[in-house]
Amino acid sequence: MGSKLIALIVIVLGVIAIAQLVRVYELSSKLRNRGEHEVSTGDNNLNAKLMLAFMVFFFGGFIWLMLTYGWSGRGDAASVHGHGLDWLLNVNYVIIIAVFFLTNFLLFFFSWKYVRKAGVKALYFSHDNKLEMIWTVVPACVLAVIIILGLKQWNEATSAAVTDSTRIELFSKQFDWTARYSGLDNKLGKFDYKLTTDNNELALMTSETIDSAIFNMENGVTGIKAIASKLNDKNIMLVPEDREKMVSDLSRKQQLIRLLYQMKARHNKNVDASAWDDIIQKDTLYLCLNKEYEFNFRSKDVIHSAYFPHFRAQMNTVPGLTTRFKFIPDITSVEMRKKMNNEKFNFVLMCNKICGNAHYKMKMIIVVLSPTEFKSWMKTKQKQSFKDIYFAAAAEPVVAGADSLALTAEAVIK
Amino acid sequence: MAAVAHGHHDAHGHDDHGHHEESFVSKYIFSQDHKMIGKQFLMTAVFMGIVAMLLSVLFRIQLAWPGESSDFLSFFLGEKWAPGGVLKEDMYLGLVTIHGTIMVFFLLTGGLSGTFSNILIPLQLGARDMASGFLNMLSYWFFLVSSIIMLCSMFVETGPAMAGWTIYPPLSALPQAVSGSGLGTTLWLFSMTIFIAGSLLGSLNYIVTVFNLRTIGMKMTRMPLTIWAFFITAILGVLSFPVLLSACLLLVMDRLAGTSFYLSDIIVGGEMLTNHGGSPILFQHLFWFLGHPEVYIVLLPALGLSSEIISINSRKPIFGYRAMIGSMLAIGFLSFIVWAHHMFITGMNPFLGSVFVFTTLLIAIPSAVKVFNYITTLWKGSIIFTPAMMFAIGLVSTFITGGVTGIILADAALDISIHDTMFVVAHFHVVMGLSAVFGMFAGVYHWFPKMYGKMMNLKLGYIHFWLTLVSGYGVFFPMHFVGLSGAPRRYYDYSVYGEFDTNAFNIIMDLQIIITIFAIIGALAQLVFLFNFFYSIYRGPKAPQNPWKANTLEWTTPVEHIHGNWPGELPTVHRWPYDYSKPGAEEDFISQIVPLAEGEEEH
Repeated sequence: MGSKLIALIVIVLGVIAIAQLVRVYELSSKLRNRGEHEVSTGDNNLNAKLMLAFMVFFFGGFIWLMLTYGWSGRGDAASVHGHGLDWLLNVNYVIIIAVFFLTNFLLFFFSWKYVRKAGVKALYFSHDNKLEMIWTVVPACVLAVIIILGLKQWNEATSAAVTDSTRIELFSKQFDWTARYSGLDNKLGKFDYKLTTDNNELALMTSETIDSAIFNMENGVTGIKAIASKLNDKNIMLVPEDREKMVSDLSRKQQLIRLLYQMKARHNKNVDASAWDDIIQKDTLYLCLNKEYEFNFRSKDVIHSAYFPHFRAQMNTVPGLTTRFKFIPDITSVEMRKKMNNEKFNFVLMCNKICGNAHYKMKMIIVVLSPTEFKSWMKTKQKQSFKDIYFAAAAEPVVAGADSLALTAEAVIK
Repeated sequence: MAAVAHGHHDAHGHDDHGHHEESFVSKYIFSQDHKMIGKQFLMTAVFMGIVAMLLSVLFRIQLAWPGESSDFLSFFLGEKWAPGGVLKEDMYLGLVTIHGTIMVFFLLTGGLSGTFSNILIPLQLGARDMASGFLNMLSYWFFLVSSIIMLCSMFVETGPAMAGWTIYPPLSALPQAVSGSGLGTTLWLFSMTIFIAGSLLGSLNYIVTVFNLRTIGMKMTRMPLTIWAFFITAILGVLSFPVLLSACLLLVMDRLAGTSFYLSDIIVGGEMLTNHGGSPILFQHLFWFLGHPEVYIVLLPALGLSSEIISINSRKPIFGYRAMIGSMLAIGFLSFIVWAHHMFITGMNPFLGSVFVFTTLLIAIPSAVKVFNYITTLWKGSIIFTPAMMFAIGLVSTFITGGVTGIILADAALDISIHDTMFVVAHFHVVMGLSAVFGMFAGVYHWFPKMYGKMMNLKLGYIHFWLTLVSGYGVFFPMHFVGLSGAPRRYYDYSVYGEFDTNAFNIIMDLQIIITIFAIIGALAQLVFLFNFFYSIYRGPKAPQNPWKANTLEWTTPVEHIHGNWPGELPTVHRWPYDYSKPGAEEDFISQIVPLAEGEEEH
């Protein structure tokens, strides 16, 4: 409290001091018979010089920042298309930095040079078609070059992936990433968000997972039957808000179960295999050097953005929509560490679209391995396909579905 | 009807205004006089600007010294939002969101165009008032009410809106996803709805006034560039704000009525939603259809003000008057067909992206024309450094510096790796934030004598300018390098970089401290302005009628404000407003009301 009081007193005294200074200044101006609208020659020249001084400081600061912090703290690109993008970025930089220096120089230099001088009248110069034509046409030509180069790279970066590129799905939710490798058939299994249960977090679609989702929705701890029986139980008294919540919960689940039954009826068993052989991987994403990957992005809840700063790749993940991006990593993590001169360096996948309070923590480490290393890593995952994991978990007692909202013990008052 | 009452030929009507005693309420509160409404806008905007700046200082402290306890934070946010003086993650997002919203909409849209359109349109056109004084009054009251609601939203229990100023759904639609998407976002949407209604009333009024109430001789091609800028701004507002309104209304329906415009296949907080078939990308299209013209709604008035100020204080005609108008029209038109450059990596069809690359980069051409015209106006001038002039020069500098980085961002291929990083934040703060704020300061310093009949202190103006320019660049220049190190925006704590890249970590954390220190200096510098502003209103020396020796009509009105602006007849205009240092003239300025001398050519 004491420090706040002192701060307050200092501020008040400061304001009074400024007010007094201003009054002294005003009185002195009045004595010199000069109004506040007339800028004295001294002030004018001082400000003109400061304009030039500022320019020097400004340019110096820019050069210092460039020398100290470099073009990019991300290091060289680690993907094939990334090199092209870095080249393009440098070309653009050269152009814009030249424009930046030139125009800012002219602005501050003219401000200094053409400050009011006694006896010098300004030039009446209202337009000049030739000059205006020059600075319309020259920027237009430069921009045409920028556009053409840019679109070439853009088309390359966003063109469809080659058919034998490896498919990996990146599944995002608040606040982590899960990868799903497409397995031996290089085909990602189908999915539907309604199939989400505790042992099928990615909601993959197989005959078994559909049955299990239906079972959960009907018979789970918070399933339809449980809710209905609690609502109908005359021995249970419910707080009105809780009852309302349960009723809406029930109708929501009834709607979902109808959709699940429709899905079951339409389901084609032949696609099951493409889901069963998928490999789900958390924490770290392993990639193989020089292999083209097509990433399929999915979101469970809100929009996230899959940002791979070192691979110069980014794509939003949008609920209800699958988005794609492809790239070829062309340097292994080990080599990159040497290049960055940093033993602890790692590639990373970050979330780059505001997604909630722990947005900043949402990331996944990426490790790029040489083909032989990658092969041996893959071997360790062979016995961990979705099928293996799913049935291992199914052998344990059934737990609640993902939809575990409502109906906590506290909500029910006997 | 008002248009008739204030028409050109009504030589007797104005006398009634003079004799009419106004009550305190009708003069200062429910005023229908454009000058008072302009001042009301300015005062409200100044207050909102202070709030938004304070919010930015609060989160800058967290960014520079993450996790360290700060008395400043606990003083303003208390135990709930800053337990132990450490900002809470939720509140960080809330501060960022409200800072952006207030700055973009309340300070730079309502404040800048609201203040100066109101004050200058009738005065520079030679009109007695706006076409409809009543609608004009309503537009201010809508603005005030929406400001109050926006401020209130910061004090609700679950916190203010937290989905960023762009409030992308589903985050903004689902209270389970972030606490601010509850009542906070409801209030945000409510406030913006009212804001848009007010902005439309204002814009329609400006357009009608410009079309109908120009005095005799005031051809469209004799209007000062300020009026052209406000006019084009108003048109942009009328065409684009309703789209934001519809985007917001659909979001309200998704939140309250269970519709699925923006929601599809979502599981949030353990709850499986039934919404299916909506598209979050639809919201982004609608939002940016306003959002991009909004950038120019913010910027054009600032460019208009600076054109006028640079011309006056160089004592030279603005170079390329028609080219300036043409480039503003071109910028205005193009601003409607570039919106998807905010969405290159949303999953939108890449071909569509290419089209938007093309249209976006086209905007660089009229912008370049404007910059070169400003610079040529300075060339061989006789420059007088009033604080207004210095801010106008600062504006041109930031417009260049922020504009060139736009070329990088507009290039879809380059945008892939810097989209949503701090580089973007730096870019738009320089080109839109600093430029528009500098334009606003320039306008305040320049037209203060017209608004309050007093002069602001020059020396304090100089101190304010230099501190603001240095700290403005000091904040946003290093920020480009933070972005180029790959730092995403809206991160609560960049020390997460320590876990995988210590080099980038060092760069980012170093720069964050530099940025925050400059931000604090910049904020303190505004105290100099506030002191000068309020002190001069009450104690400043009395202003002469035409302190800057300018040509435009507002300086032919008496210093004392009167309802109806001119005693006696409205002035007649004989020439364009930029006859400065015309050869053959006695003085270095010729007011627009002076008839052409014999044999004199109009420019």
